[in-house]
This record gives sequence, C-alpha cells and structure tokens, in this order.
Amino acid sequence: MANMTMIEAVQNALDIMMDRDPSVVVFGEDVGYFGGVFRCTAGLQKKYGRTRCFDTPISELGIVGAGIGMAAAGMKPCVELQFADYMYPAYDQIVSEAARLRYRSAGEFTCPMVVRMPTGGGIFGAQTHSQSPEALFTHVTGLKTVIPSTPEDARGLLMAAIDDPDPVIFLEPKRLYNGPFDGHHERPVVSWKKHDLGAVADDATAIPIGKARIMRLGNEVTVLAYGTMVHVALTAAEETGIDAEIIDLRTLLPLDTETVFGSVRRTGRCVIIHEATLTCGYGAELAALVQEQCFYHLEAPIQRVAGWDTPYPHAQEWFYFPGPKRVGEALRATVEAI
Amino acid sequence: MTTGSKLSLHVPEPDWRPGDTPDFSNVQVPKAGSVRRPEVDEDPEAMRDLAYTIIRVLDRKGRAVGPWAGSLPDEALLTGLRHMMTLRIYDARMMMAQRQGKTSFYMQHLGEEAISCAFQMSLAKGDMNFPTYRQAGLLVAAGYPLTKMMCQVYSNDGDPVRGRQLPVFYSSKEHGFFSISGNLATQYIQAVGWAMASAIRQDDKIAAAWIGDGSTAESDFHAGLVFASTYRAPVVLNIVNNQWAISTFQGIARGGSGTFAARGHGFGLPALRVDGNDYLAVHAVAQWAVERARRNLGPTLVEYVTYRAGGHSTSDDPSAYRPKEESAAWPLGDPILRLKAHLIEKGLWSEDRHTQTEAEITETVVAAQKEAEAIGTLHDGRRPSPRDMFEDVYATMPPHLRRQRQEAGF
Repeated sequence: MANMTMIEAVQNALDIMMDRDPSVVVFGEDVGYFGGVFRCTAGLQKKYGRTRCFDTPISELGIVGAGIGMAAAGMKPCVELQFADYMYPAYDQIVSEAARLRYRSAGEFTCPMVVRMPTGGGIFGAQTHSQSPEALFTHVTGLKTVIPSTPEDARGLLMAAIDDPDPVIFLEPKRLYNGPFDGHHERPVVSWKKHDLGAVADDATAIPIGKARIMRLGNEVTVLAYGTMVHVALTAAEETGIDAEIIDLRTLLPLDTETVFGSVRRTGRCVIIHEATLTCGYGAELAALVQEQCFYHLEAPIQRVAGWDTPYPHAQEWFYFPGPKRVGEALRATVEAI
Repeated sequence: MTTGSKLSLHVPEPDWRPGDTPDFSNVQVPKAGSVRRPEVDEDPEAMRDLAYTIIRVLDRKGRAVGPWAGSLPDEALLTGLRHMMTLRIYDARMMMAQRQGKTSFYMQHLGEEAISCAFQMSLAKGDMNFPTYRQAGLLVAAGYPLTKMMCQVYSNDGDPVRGRQLPVFYSSKEHGFFSISGNLATQYIQAVGWAMASAIRQDDKIAAAWIGDGSTAESDFHAGLVFASTYRAPVVLNIVNNQWAISTFQGIARGGSGTFAARGHGFGLPALRVDGNDYLAVHAVAQWAVERARRNLGPTLVEYVTYRAGGHSTSDDPSAYRPKEESAAWPLGDPILRLKAHLIEKGLWSEDRHTQTEAEITETVVAAQKEAEAIGTLHDGRRPSPRDMFEDVYATMPPHLRRQRQEAGF
C-alpha cells in the first residue's frame, strides 16, 4: 500500500489504461505537453506520444464532438474538460449525440467515451470555476455519472469508466484533488499522502460503476453524499457525536438503490447533502426515491442540505458552501425530530 | 464627436418572394470546362480562386469538357444515372406514402440527387459518411436495399433502428453511413473526430462530413473546421448549398461572406465550389478531395451549388415563401436531365431506353414497397415491440430501466 493524491490517482488510471489498450486516447485543453492545469495528465504525452495525448483548441464542443466520432470509429477517448463550468458548449454533443447514439442506431454505433471534468467549489473560483452540474447529466438517459471521493475510488472508477461500453461523465471534485477537504476552510487540509483514505492498493483494479460505499457505519440516521460532501459529512458526524451512517454514492447513475434503501430502512432517517444548488438538484431525485421505497420506515422528514439557489459567489464562498456546521444542524434536527 | 446619424440594422432579404418574378441573371455561372484543376498536393493558398467560381463539366450541349472531365468510365455513368433515377422514383413513392398516412414525415431530394449519388462513387469500402437527412443517394449508390430503407421510413418491424428515429434517419455502418441526427451540424465535428481516429491508427480510411447551407451557422461547423485544420484530418468537408433552409434563404447564414466555400480560407483549407447539379463535376471534385485526404494531405472544403426543388420536408409548402417559378428559373438545371443528355450525346443512351429504365426502376421500387408494407407501416401491421423501446439505452439495461419496463407492462 502506498498513498497517492487524487491527481496522481487519476493520472495513474489513465497511464494504466493507455498502456493496456492502444485505442485509449487522452485530449483536452492544456493536457498534452503541460499535463493539464491540475496535472492529471502529467507525463502521458511524453510516454505515449503526441497522437495518444494531445492539446486541443479551446472548444469543448469540438473536444466532445471529436471524441464521439473517435468512439464511433472504435477508439476509447477519455477527454478532459478543464472545468465542469465549461461543459455547456459541449452539452448538445453530450445530450443529443453521445447519450443517444446507441439507441438511435439500435446498437450499430456506440460511444464508449469518458468525459472527465473537475467539479465543485471551495477554491475561490467564483461562478465559472465552482459549479456542480451533476443533475444536468443524471437527467440525461444514456449517460452514466460517476464522482469519486478518494484516490483509490478515483483510480478504480476511472479505469471502469474507460472500460465501459457507454459514455461516462466522470466528475472530479477539485477540492479533493490534494486532500480530504472537510469543509473547515479555516484549517489547512491534510494531504492524501498523510491520510488513511489516501492509501491505494499496489495492484490497481477497476471499481464497478453503480456500487455505493458505506464510509461510516451508524444507526441513527443515513447520510447520502458524494464527492467533497462525503468528507464534510464524516466531519459533521464526528463533531456532533451523532451515530450517522454515511453512504458515498460514488455513482449517481445508475444508482445503488439497494445500499441506499437498506440503510434508510434500518435507520429510519435520511439526510441528503450536495454542493450543487438545491432546487431540482440530484437530492430531489434521492428524496423522491427514498420516500417511494422507504416511506413506512421513515421516522422523520427527509432533509436536504445543498448550495443555495444562487450562482456560486466569490467573496461569500464560505457562506454558500454547505459546511460541517450546516450539515451538523441538519443531522441534529433529523435525529431529534419526533 | 457624433455624426448625428442614426444606426440601422441590416436584415438580408432574398431578391424575390411569392408574386415576384425570379431572375437569376446576376448569378455568375462560369462556362463548363473553364475552371482549372489543380494538383491535389497544390498549396491551398494558391487555389483561393476556386472558392469563388463554380466547377462545371457538362456544357449546354451535354458534352463533358475541361480539365475536370473524364473521372468516370461510361459504365459508371450509366450506373450513376440509374442511381439518381432510383432515388427520385423512391422519393416520389415515399412522398405519396406519407400523404396516404403510411408514415408521419418524409424528406425528398428533388434536384439534389447528383450530390450524394456521385459522391459515394468516390469513396472506398470502410470510409464513413456523416450525412444529413438529404443524402440518401449515398445509400442508394452503396447498394443498400430499398426495402430496408422503406422499413425505416415506415418504422415497421423490419426497421433496422427499431422504430426509434424519424423517417429517413437511416443508419448503416456496413454502407459507410453514420446514424443521422436531427440536431443539425452536430455530425460535422464527429466526422472530423472519426477521421482523426483513422489517422491516429495509421489506417487508410477517410471520413466525409455533410452539412447544409443554413446549418453552417452552427458552432459545430466552426469547431469542425478548426479541428480539421489543426490536425489535418483525412476528411472531406461537404456543404450542400441548396439555397433554402426551410423558409430562410441562404443569405441569412452566409452573411457578408462571398460564398460558403470561402469560409475555408480562414482555416487554410482548400475550398472548392462545384456545380451540384452536374454529376460529372460532383464526382470529379469529390474524387480530388478524397484523394487528397487519402494521401494524408488533409481536409478539403467543398460547396455544392444546387437548388432544393421541393419543400424542406412534407411539413412545409415552399410556395408560401418563394415564387413557384423559382425552381424552373434556376440556372443549373436538373441533374438527371443533364446526365441523360450527356449519355445520349455520347451515344450511350436514348429517350426510349430512358423511358424503359424509368418503368423498370418504378417496378423495382414498387416491389420493394410492397415487401416493406407486407411487414407494416407506422400505424398498421408488424411494428417494433414497445418492449424494444427500453433496449439499447445502455449496453446492459440498468435496474431502474428494467423496473420501468416492468411497470409499463412489457
């Protein structure tokens, strides 16, 4: 066992898959010679050559559109959009093309492509470098949406995503790139190198898409979280002393409903956390599913803690970010209800 | 300092609308054979003139003249005529079938048959077209069965895409025909990506992108040109300028640019403008661009100047936005009549043989239609199962879709 940062884990997954399969190609803005603005593709161009890992023009539409054509030709493009906030020009290609190609051609043409993008805030990136657009992907049938919270998951899930026969949106919580940020912005973040959750197995293996992970066992309340919010939830449980069961969803679509429902039926209480804005966010779908399937086990109203329904602000970042204090309050209110 | 004058917005309008008399005398049609043919490896900068002219081979007397003539042997020309005639007769039958309520919608090629039919003849097995909805000639010329095409139009049980797509949105990998999208222009950049993949793998296959004059305004067109230019992708970038985007004349998308082909100049691409109603010219230019791509010399932008003689689809009536006489006044004539005249001039064809062939093709098309209708039409007969609606969303059906299929009762 060694420790890796999430950046190194992503790089490692790309390296392993490019080595295994010559049809895996990596491209995006600044990903070639420079190795990506977050360094996730460092060294790949040098190792695999300019035709396997290269820079593109600043055109997210072009990156994804070209990726679809390559995937249709039998390659396995794993493209990078520099920030999730920049994905909108590519949205038509993702929604109308990548997600539908298998269906509309009855399986004749397919799109085994991965679109990686750093997501979430907490880096003073304001509204154009902080968004969490996962619900815009989970609403689109034909896509799979994955979001890891640890280096091991980032590596294993990315390997599985590249192997997947369908398009996968791979969201990388950029605040977790260097360490498990728990929402306490006033404290320095512990590096993954010095954290138990930063450990990765010597033998890299794919982690199946569609499986959640119970990060913390508990009996009083089930917390559904993903990405950065997993670590915020762990901290909130620690700090409140509430016996919370914390589930890292890891894959938002297809969702591991078995793990989710099993836990909520046992605890009878549920808190849903995400950084994205509240209204019509992924939490709304989770709340609907939980009430449909666990209604008679529920002992308290389902609570959602999310980003406020405003654009992601700059100076007010920490009033916007759903940190451990807000999460702790929701846990307490849910446990104490009735 | 102010001039005191007010600004005004320029909104282009076509020169005539219903009730006006169309007059194309200001459209400059160069003499057949008068435009030079550069070597395929000539510097694109040295052939900028070719974006502002019209490459033509067939003259008014039906003779093939000039440096672009002679790209096809006689036998291929006879086949080409047959392809165009087949497409036109097929279209007429399907238009009628739509009017009879056998399907929801149809789009015909009237006047544009030469472009897709001739282009396909320049490709090799394994090359891939990324077509729009008005290039079914690519399939006809590739020998795709008419019955299968009709099954797609009828969305019946024989439809290869299982009733999921609008009529005419065919798909056939085997015939080098990429699944059609209804979101215009999206396929342009995909064709470039496909071509890049071929180059990355050091294969010898090339791609062909297709777009209409109106859709060149989409960002996808720009992205396609940027990527094609940057990576010198082995792709032929086709623009079919049929003058009309539903009711909007080509000037709205073209703006102040001289021609659509000239858009390629900013990207350093060779840009050729060709008479789209001249089967021989279309083939010669396509062959030139395909050879260029195949020799790893990079992409070529080709504008086919043509005229959409029919409506955009079965859902619009062109007489509401353009003079009825405009089609007849169009100076480049009809592609079938022009190739026919050429073959007669060469002594390879006659009026009698033409009439006879028309009857033969009609018989073949009607037989195919009967076969397709024996399976079903949109509202009758054997149609894809509702259960099938849930297939192919993913390679493996995820649990939530399985549950929904169960809930739907299939």
